[in-house]
Amino acid sequence: MADLLVEFFQWGFGVTLVPWLAIILGIVVGILAIVLPLLLVVAMSVYMDRKVWAAMQMRRGPNVVGPWGLMQSFADGLKLFLKETIIPASANKFIFLLAPALTFILALVGWAVIPFDAGMVLADLNVGILYIFAISSLGVYGIILSGWASNSRYAFLGALRSSAQMVSYEVSMGFVLVTVLMCAGSLNLSEIVMAQKDTFLGVNGYWFTPLFPMMIIFFISALAETNRPPFDLPEAEAEIVAGYQVEYSSMAFALFFLGEYANIILMCAMTSILFLGGWLPPFDWEPLYLIPGWIWFFGKIFFMFFVFAWVKATVPRYRYDQLMRLGWKVFLPISLLWVVLTGLFLLLTDKIPA
Amino acid sequence: MTLLKHAARTFLLSEFVKAMWLTFRYMFRPKATINYPYEKGPLSPRFRGEHALRRYDNGEERCIACKLCEAICPAQAIVIEAAVADDGSRRTTRYDIDMTKCIYCGYCQEACPVEAIVEGPNFEFATETREELFYNKEKLLKNGDMWEQEIATSIKLDAPYR
Repeated sequence: MADLLVEFFQWGFGVTLVPWLAIILGIVVGILAIVLPLLLVVAMSVYMDRKVWAAMQMRRGPNVVGPWGLMQSFADGLKLFLKETIIPASANKFIFLLAPALTFILALVGWAVIPFDAGMVLADLNVGILYIFAISSLGVYGIILSGWASNSRYAFLGALRSSAQMVSYEVSMGFVLVTVLMCAGSLNLSEIVMAQKDTFLGVNGYWFTPLFPMMIIFFISALAETNRPPFDLPEAEAEIVAGYQVEYSSMAFALFFLGEYANIILMCAMTSILFLGGWLPPFDWEPLYLIPGWIWFFGKIFFMFFVFAWVKATVPRYRYDQLMRLGWKVFLPISLLWVVLTGLFLLLTDKIPA
Repeated sequence: MTLLKHAARTFLLSEFVKAMWLTFRYMFRPKATINYPYEKGPLSPRFRGEHALRRYDNGEERCIACKLCEAICPAQAIVIEAAVADDGSRRTTRYDIDMTKCIYCGYCQEACPVEAIVEGPNFEFATETREELFYNKEKLLKNGDMWEQEIATSIKLDAPYR
């Protein structure tokens, strides 16, 4: 990217860039190339979420703004943008405004290591999966800070529930990741994707192996991690109004909202990379490789997001003790058992990746 | 055996799969809702919507300022002042309805001996300010002129049941 920019500036403006400036510019261009389409995707995913949800409840969903209501998210965004940011008198102003920004930034930062295609990645970290895991753990801070800074009981209760929930499900999620890592033999997301080529019977992706139950657990944990229904206790409307978001309005709320959806899409991308074979086509069949990898990757994210919306329309909200029981007493033992079984399998069949 | 069955059902998430399949099929069902601002549902002739003051066919106001509606209004939303008009008839000089107080019970319409005050079929009269909802005689008469056809039809349709 840096070399390309140096060439571009020489050709366009007749200026020779200093190497360090070229590198920085290259990174900025890369960031913009990821974040701007991502924000568009986030806006459209809110629309899709509402449409899918509406269709499953035999409603129409947004259909007035623009053709088929496609511009609904932008209209909502504009409305939020024009409103006043109300800061409660007893709130801690700095932290109150920091929290939504933190949520939003962390949701975007995770995308740095996601490979969209072979070599199409901003930062090809060799510990990419640990980076993602760390970033998604930091996401708790945005929520707990907002709950504390609001100085409101509903918000505080929501934040407490949310942090307890996210911490619990990260444990089983970690073990699910370990099983995948043992099979792939790498922490680099690109290498994990390439390791999934032709796993079994010409199918690309770990979902067609005994890792399938792990995919289900990862997906359900992702639902809990992103506070999506049926695990949306932190914002349970009927009990604690909107949880940690209760005091937020205008752009501060919009940042929470966008961050939440960016996180959901990040989790969809992670599911695609870890289990569905990332940018690889679903089957290891030559003509399918003619379609660019990022289209396959986008299609897989799209499918996973559809399932997110589908679950939201199907399953009622869990009770809090049920949520904790599922995380600690069901998912943790099963994923731990699967780590042992996978290790034994790899050891006995002599398939441990080098 | 039942234990095994139960365990299989739990671990294969069969109930979740069934529920997901159900919602998936519902996605392709025809919509139960109508396309509201462009399509509207049917209204009963007895629908109690926005108020209107009617006139006779010759343009004379129906209202005789008997104040029965003011008396019966449970929300005390109606204020009437009366005076003798130039032609010697008893007329209202003021007829106000506070639409923010009104509970749309329809008693005013029931009480009216000359079918002057009626609740028409219009329910889309949201305003941007509160003040716009304090209706005066002028506004109510305008409503009557605007909705006369619909109101007359409703009254005719409902007459056999009264």
